[in-house]
This record gives sequence, structure tokens and C-alpha cells, in this order.
Amino acid sequence: MAATQEEIVAGLAEIVNEIAGIPVEDVQLDKSFTDDLDVDSLSMVEVVVAAEERFDVKIPDEDVKNLKTVGDATDYIQKHQG
Amino acid sequence: MSSTNRTVVVTGIGATTPLGGDSASTWEGLIAGRSGVVALEGERYAELPVKIAALAAVDPAEVLPRPLARRLDRSAQFALIAAKEAWADAGYTGKAGEDDESIAPDRLGSVIASGIGGVTTLLDQYDVLKEKGVRRVSPHTVPMLMPNGPSANVGLEVNAQAGVHTPVSACASGAEAIGYAVEMIRAGRADVVVAGGTEAAIHPLPIAAFANMMAMSKNNDEPEKASRPYDTARDGFVLGEGAGVIVLESAEHAAARGARVYCEVLGQGLSADSHHIAQPEPTGRGIAAAMQNLLDATDLKPAELVHLNAHATSTPQGDIAEIKALRKTLGDDLDHVAISSTKSMTGHLLGGAGGIETVATVLALHHRTAPPTINIDELDEDIDADIVRDEARQLPGGTIAAVNNSFGFGGHNVVLAFRSV
Repeated sequence: MAATQEEIVAGLAEIVNEIAGIPVEDVQLDKSFTDDLDVDSLSMVEVVVAAEERFDVKIPDEDVKNLKTVGDATDYIQKHQG
Repeated sequence: MSSTNRTVVVTGIGATTPLGGDSASTWEGLIAGRSGVVALEGERYAELPVKIAALAAVDPAEVLPRPLARRLDRSAQFALIAAKEAWADAGYTGKAGEDDESIAPDRLGSVIASGIGGVTTLLDQYDVLKEKGVRRVSPHTVPMLMPNGPSANVGLEVNAQAGVHTPVSACASGAEAIGYAVEMIRAGRADVVVAGGTEAAIHPLPIAAFANMMAMSKNNDEPEKASRPYDTARDGFVLGEGAGVIVLESAEHAAARGARVYCEVLGQGLSADSHHIAQPEPTGRGIAAAMQNLLDATDLKPAELVHLNAHATSTPQGDIAEIKALRKTLGDDLDHVAISSTKSMTGHLLGGAGGIETVATVLALHHRTAPPTINIDELDEDIDADIVRDEARQLPGGTIAAVNNSFGFGGHNVVLAFRSV
């Protein structure tokens, strides 16, 4: 069953918390991974791999650069989840 | 800024070792003559001929914030913890030039060495590659496994911009780092350098490899007795892990900010054996040369030398070669040198050894106390020197000096000298 937007944001929040130590409540749709959430380019790869596994989705490297905010990632996952 | 003969002093110390999570608890353990060697539990060690090691007393991943710890190899975690302690101990707060104006970033360096670097990261990520596939290999793998990782991370922590370096010379690496740092200050490249050594190689592969070289003690039944330098029953070294870091500073810079000074660093003596890739040169020729170079290059007077933290790893050949070399260079002056092998308690930290043993040497001068060498039931008759056995020993008052020896596979010899203030 496909995850809802709310479930995806909650899942991303847990992943970002684990990787960057940011409190889950700070991970909101409008937040930028690099500017707001302390996720650098290396950690972004970790976030993507963890999200792929959690939401059963493939996020090719060339698409990762378009995922600037939590909202971008949430939309992408909603569209592509298997 | 350049001046060639600047006096260099030690203003801060930090350590995390098999005896304690900081320099104070480490020193307490050393003075108490406590062994940090334990049995290695778990299936991964079951097949190994060596099932003992000196594990760090405090898990570094529990000390650092979790997001930081997970992107640092264990060797970098140790280095960062020891460096933060040393930095605060020296009276600095936070990043140079940002939180602390008393040192400019371009006058601050970092020289932290490791013998093997991020070997556990490399091996663990190879397991990930085989078991979980390419996609799961961590993007942090390269910065974690590179041997300059600890130095670079310490440099980032304090905002060091004068230079960040990593000499690699196996078990002499930590001492070589401190010698390099002294030269940076002497050459006028920096006023303050955070320097030391770190190692985290307790994993079945390095242990299997060292054991197959016949270099390690197999005294699995009595872990705390296994590291026994100078004893007739010694049968090899015990692998240890952790880090020792000091803050080195030009005497002018330390005085200008009113810093507490532990001791002066007189300098280093270096040489290479050019004998064998891993065997010690049996006459101690190279070690004697390093000691002579130290005497020639510094104003260390043999008469003031009262303490020596020996390399002495508890191998049958190496312990004797070192003492022979000291006798060759120092002659009768060796008789007033109280010699300690703190590896009898901490095990052998490879590239970290020069770091934690420099911390021990600096504290020995500061507290005027030589730590004991434990586990000597029967002193080897070829050890013709005054070994501090069983219990710590008081060192004399007045101006005294101490030396720390570190030698590495490859024939590297590094001898560092310090004087009380």
C-alpha cells in the first residue's frame, strides 16, 4: 500500500534525525535539506538510500539533485513508489 | 614570522585509552599499575589464535554526538575526543578566530597520525558491499578510511589553517606527528599545533595478520598478564586502541596569553634502520643513532635525563635491542634513567602509541612520577637498565628531562625529549 504524504514526511523525518541529528519536528515540507537540515551532499546520498529502502522506490542519481526540499522528496516518492 | 630557534612548550593534553576516557583517568590507571587488557568476546574472534586486546575504556561513539560519530572512523572518533580535551585543557574555547580570538586560524595546525588509518571502516564496508550490494556502501567511506581523516577532522574542529598533516610510519607515527608539529612551530609556520596519534584496529583481520607474523602475545588465559615487557616470559605485544593528543605552542605565544605550561619540548632525534621491513635491527644501531641525533640536535644534557618511556612492546627481540641502543649512546648516564614501558598496561596502540606515551611522559614530568612497568615476574638478564617495576616511582626535583621512544615496522625510529619547567 502506498504511503501517504504524512507518512512519507514522518519517515523522512526519522531518517534525517538518524543521519543529521535534526529533531523530527523540524523536518517540514518547506525545509531545504542542505540549508535547513544540516544534510550535506554525502549525507544526502545516505538519506536517498534509506528512503529508497523504506518507501520501495528507486531514486536515480540524476534525480537526486532536484530534491532540494523535504517537499520535493515527498512528491517524488509519492509519484514513484512501487 | 619566521624564527628558527623558537622554544616549544606543551600547554594542553588529552587522551582516551584502554585505562580511561580522558587523560586524568588514564594517568590514574598508569600510576596504579592497572592492566587495560581484556578477553575479546564474540564469535568473530573465536577462530583466532589471539583473543585478547586492550579495548578502549570508554566507547568513543557514546561520547560524540550520534550524527558526528556515524560519519567518523573509530580512529577519528578517538582523535577528536582526545583533541577536544587537549584543546580545552590548553585554555582554548571552540574554533580559532571564530569562538576564540587568542589564536588566528592561519597560525594553527593539526598533525594527528595513525599507523593503519580507517581499517575497520574499510573492512566493514567491504562486508556491506558483499552482503547488501553497491548501493548500500556508505558515501562517507573514503573520508572515513583515509589515514589523514583524524588529522583533518581535528583541524576542522579547531579551524586549523596553517597546515593539516599526517606522517605515517607504522608504530612510530604518533611520535613522528609530534616531532613534525614541533618543526612547524620552529620553522615559523604556526604558533600552535594540535598533535598526536590515534589507532583503532581491533578487528579479526589485523589481529590475524599480526598473529601470523608471530608478533603478538597468545596469553589468552591471563589477559591482564599478557603484556609483559622485559619479563623472561614475554611472547609478543597486545593490540590496544585509543588516542593521545597534546597542544604544542611557541613559548612566546603561550606566555602572551598566560597559558599554563606542562613542560618544554626539546626536540626530536630520527633515524631509519634499513635492516628489514618488520624485524628490529638486533644491535639497536638505528635506535642508538636516533638517540645520538637527539643529543646533537637539542640541548638535552644526558645528566638531566631521569625518565624514559620506552617503546618496549613486549617482544623478545625488540625490548633488548632498545636497551642495548640506549646503553650504547648514553653509557653510564643510562644508570640514572628510570625506564617505564606503559605498554605493559595500555597494550600497543601502534600509531597511537607515540600519542598516549607522549601524554604519559609529559604527565610524568609534570607530576614528577614515573609509571611502573607491570607484569615483570623475572627480569630478562639482558635488560641492563633501571626498569621501574611493580610500583610508580618518584622522580627528582630540580630541572629534569624525559624521553619518549617510538619505533615502527619499516625501521622508523623517533625519539622525543621533554624538559620540566
